Amino acid sequence: MLNTIWPIFILISFLYAIFAGNLEQLNSSIFASTNDAIKLSIELLGTMCLWNGIMQVAKKTSLIHKLTNFLNPIIKILFPEMRKNKQIQQEISMNMVANILGLGNAATPLGLKAMKSMQKENPQKDTLSNSMLVFIVLNTASIQIIPTTVIAIRNSMGSSNPTSIVFPTWIATISATTIRHYSYIVVIESKT
Amino acid sequence: MQIISFLSNLAMPLVILLIVTYGLIEKNKVFDDFLEGAKEGLEMVIHILPTLVGLFVAIGALRSSGILDKIIYFTTPLLSMIHFPSEIMPLAMLRPISGSGSIAVATDIMKNYGVDSTIGMMASTIMGSTETTLYTIAIYTSCVKIKKTRFVLWASLLADLVGILVSVVICSILS
Repeated sequence: MLNTIWPIFILISFLYAIFAGNLEQLNSSIFASTNDAIKLSIELLGTMCLWNGIMQVAKKTSLIHKLTNFLNPIIKILFPEMRKNKQIQQEISMNMVANILGLGNAATPLGLKAMKSMQKENPQKDTLSNSMLVFIVLNTASIQIIPTTVIAIRNSMGSSNPTSIVFPTWIATISATTIRHYSYIVVIESKT
Repeated sequence: MQIISFLSNLAMPLVILLIVTYGLIEKNKVFDDFLEGAKEGLEMVIHILPTLVGLFVAIGALRSSGILDKIIYFTTPLLSMIHFPSEIMPLAMLRPISGSGSIAVATDIMKNYGVDSTIGMMASTIMGSTETTLYTIAIYTSCVKIKKTRFVLWASLLADLVGILVSVVICSILS
């Protein structure tokens, strides 16, 4: 995927910059972008270590079994291939909880951990498995009960009712997730 | 508002507290467990870092070269035919590809048109209901070195489009 998109982005923007005379901005943005990527990686380093550590603590307790049992009906429907694999189910449950609670910082490390475990079960190592596809769907869907980041921004800008967007956000999320899920099902079924 | 900000501040500490307390009750060596897991986190970031550098440079170039503005300029008349507000267009274009970029644009829209205006509400709803799709897919696939992503990107972008359209429609109905 990135093998196609990345060169397209580079080609169209670099060529356009030359013709439009925006080379100065382009040059400074190249350096700024690499710095931003490193800054984000350093921030990720902290949250990744923290949440992978917390996940490991959780794994050794019975709490995670209770959580996995609770979410099991959903997981069984969404990830039929993972029915036998307790460890992956646990990791998926933790990622779901982080997403629902709006803990974006925790959801990514926990999600990547689950991806790694699913890769071990994946028969074709260079291609996304069906479970991985569904799992990425869940994580690009922004499923959260309360969109905390936006509410914080609205609050800081002096909104008279910062939480008024909660209901519209639910409707939009549900519609988008439904479409996403069905388009994956179509893709998965067309391939098998 | 206070209850919601209290609850959202409570979420993360509560999750950690609950897990550590359970570990203690079940007499685990919690810090040893923590360290064992934390080491793995380090390794994952090293896998993701090159992807981030490449992606950020390309997206930065897209914005700074002015091509994105040009695309927005040309697509706006088409979209206004279906009554899609042109003010939202820059956000809709940027949202799937850049997290920090879309926050900046959304904040800007809220500042210019008012947080509680219809346009401001649309921007907020879009931010709340969609995710930085390209970034998410890129790091989720690159951490396990997957090359063939099947249709994951197109399906996700389609869903983002639906999310954005629904946000626009529902906010214009509600206001």
